[in-house]
Amino acid sequence: MTGNHQSLALLLFSAFVAVTLGITTWVSRNRRGSAEEFYAGGRLFSPMENGFAIAGDYMSAASFLGISGLIALYGYDGLLYSVGFLVAWLVVLFLVAELVRNCGRFTLADVVAARMRERPVRIAAGTSSVTVSVLYLVAQMVGAGSLVALLLGRTGEAAQAWTVIGVGALMVVYVSLGGMRATTWIQIVKAVLLLGGTVALTVLVLVRFHGDFDRLLLAAADRSGHGAAFLAPGLKYGGDWTARFDFISLGLALVLGTAGLPHILSRFYTVPTARAARRSVVWSIGLIGGFYLMTIVLGFGAAAIVGPDTVRQSNAAGNTAVPLLALDLGGGANSTGGTVLFAVVAAVAFATILAVVAGITLASSASVAHDLYASLRRRRRTPRSEVAVARVAAIGIGVVAIALGLLARDLNVAFLVGLAFAVAASANLPVLLYSLFWRGFTTRGAVWAVYGGLVPALLLVALSPVVSGSPESLFPGVDFQYFPLRNPGLLSIPLGFLAGWLGTVTSAEIPDEAKHAETEVRSLTGAGAV
Amino acid sequence: MQSSNGRPRGGGTENPADSQERHTPSAFGAPEGTRYDDPWYDALASGWGESAGDVTVAAVPPARPVPDEVATADVYLSVQRSAAFQEVRSRYRRFVIPAVAGFLTWYFGYVVAATTAPGIMARRVVGAVNVAMLAGLGQFLSTFLLTWAYVRHARLRRDRAALELRWDTQELARGARGGVS
Repeated sequence: MTGNHQSLALLLFSAFVAVTLGITTWVSRNRRGSAEEFYAGGRLFSPMENGFAIAGDYMSAASFLGISGLIALYGYDGLLYSVGFLVAWLVVLFLVAELVRNCGRFTLADVVAARMRERPVRIAAGTSSVTVSVLYLVAQMVGAGSLVALLLGRTGEAAQAWTVIGVGALMVVYVSLGGMRATTWIQIVKAVLLLGGTVALTVLVLVRFHGDFDRLLLAAADRSGHGAAFLAPGLKYGGDWTARFDFISLGLALVLGTAGLPHILSRFYTVPTARAARRSVVWSIGLIGGFYLMTIVLGFGAAAIVGPDTVRQSNAAGNTAVPLLALDLGGGANSTGGTVLFAVVAAVAFATILAVVAGITLASSASVAHDLYASLRRRRRTPRSEVAVARVAAIGIGVVAIALGLLARDLNVAFLVGLAFAVAASANLPVLLYSLFWRGFTTRGAVWAVYGGLVPALLLVALSPVVSGSPESLFPGVDFQYFPLRNPGLLSIPLGFLAGWLGTVTSAEIPDEAKHAETEVRSLTGAGAV
Repeated sequence: MQSSNGRPRGGGTENPADSQERHTPSAFGAPEGTRYDDPWYDALASGWGESAGDVTVAAVPPARPVPDEVATADVYLSVQRSAAFQEVRSRYRRFVIPAVAGFLTWYFGYVVAATTAPGIMARRVVGAVNVAMLAGLGQFLSTFLLTWAYVRHARLRRDRAALELRWDTQELARGARGGVS
């Protein structure tokens, strides 16, 4: 990679940073900083704006670079990820989006606490939300660090570390100064950039094959060296039964996790009504579905045009497949077209990471200030002071994420994202669904559902081959691996549901009929929604 | 609206006389009035292959059987027990439960088949396109179709009744609180 790519990519990326900082200053002028404003952007975004922002929040660099890279290396098995990431949105649309918009105010805990004793439930739901957010943040930070190393050719540890610190600092600035309004606009800009870049590359790939998808597939299969097996499942997840169960576990986590991600849930509060929330999910399903369809073309295109061997040489995990494809599509390494396309792809990937981390930081600072701080500190406080706490929390979370991002530098990004989804599905989804749909659900059930999913999920990861017992684990020297699967979802998600049920049937508390009626009526009609 | 989760609470029962007195159309008045604006709630449109007449079939009886002096908590209980609400709820559940069961089965069937039966999935259908490819694209297609079906169902069968219930409930709750909201 020559200096031309790097300087142009850096220029484009600086332009994006300048534009987003401009947005942040512009939207935060003359704002008094109410909680409504800070957490929910005044709740006045249109469904289309929110749909783009949700898509911008959800399509991370792991999707853009990671999934296309997996397809380029392993063919069909990479596509399984895209399917899971998309189908998950049906759970959100059918069971969560409208009901959560109607019942809650800012966070997941609002929905649960409405029916239960507030304090224990808020502490539990706040803790799990922050855990999920931090895991997801670390994944994005690690991604940012390795992206710089990959795209700008600076493999030095120092460059990676400074990137992680820089990304962390920028996200703290966006969130603590601009709140939800700035974060939303950054995500909208990012979604437009990402989709624009993806559409351009997809069109170029299809033009190269004269619009013949069949020919593209055959060329990819031919170039891969696997023949027809490249187009069928099994190259990556087809080994022993452990690998297969591992994938089923991941599939479960992907499809159920999205509905428990705090930064996705908080997006539904930025529109005025449940109907608007529904329409924003429809927008985002359209955008995300289209995006994942295009990543399939890009992945097979990279396999056919660049070839898996070249991709693997550049990065063993396949993360550079799309930038390399862009270079080739533009006319090769020494052409203007290649340089420009490569720089655009690199800048888009950076923008993606920045927008995603801003969204997660905002959601987790809301959990800290609105749930944890509000429950743990019982002193008198006004909404104004809660926003101040949230701003400080954003800084604190930024520092924690930077530190963990530097520590976890060598972990696989896709694995960390899968883990965040598994924890979200185990700890957040059961309690959310039970409180929305189960008449007899009690406070103890809610608390058990959260910890009964959160603790097993984290514990199983600690005992998995990811942490110890194999050469590529976090601590290769020691061996305390007792759980064979890398993703805990297959076990921890049912445990979360089971713990919620068990806590409910064993508690002496009589469920409050009236509060259940209130939750049910409010969730389906929107009565009393803020 | 001061409680931390935004739920209006309490203050209901102690003053029924006041509540009766204040529960007049004028009590809709100033500060609350803005809440009735729903900028994104446009008119109900009839969907494909469905005449506008179907909308009237979807109408449900109004939910105003309740006297004025009820506590806020009782408002929600009485609305929950009203025929109108039960109709909205059952329409929601009748669509969502089979749909969720359907797409989860279809998705897990797909994941399990992809991991345990690669032989079947690798069978060629047209050109280079095999069963696995068709199943994967089928997942995309079914997601888009279910999204469309859900939105259409909600728009034609639930939205109007739910909105009426919302205003009725809020009106009752305001009456129960003595109009002090």
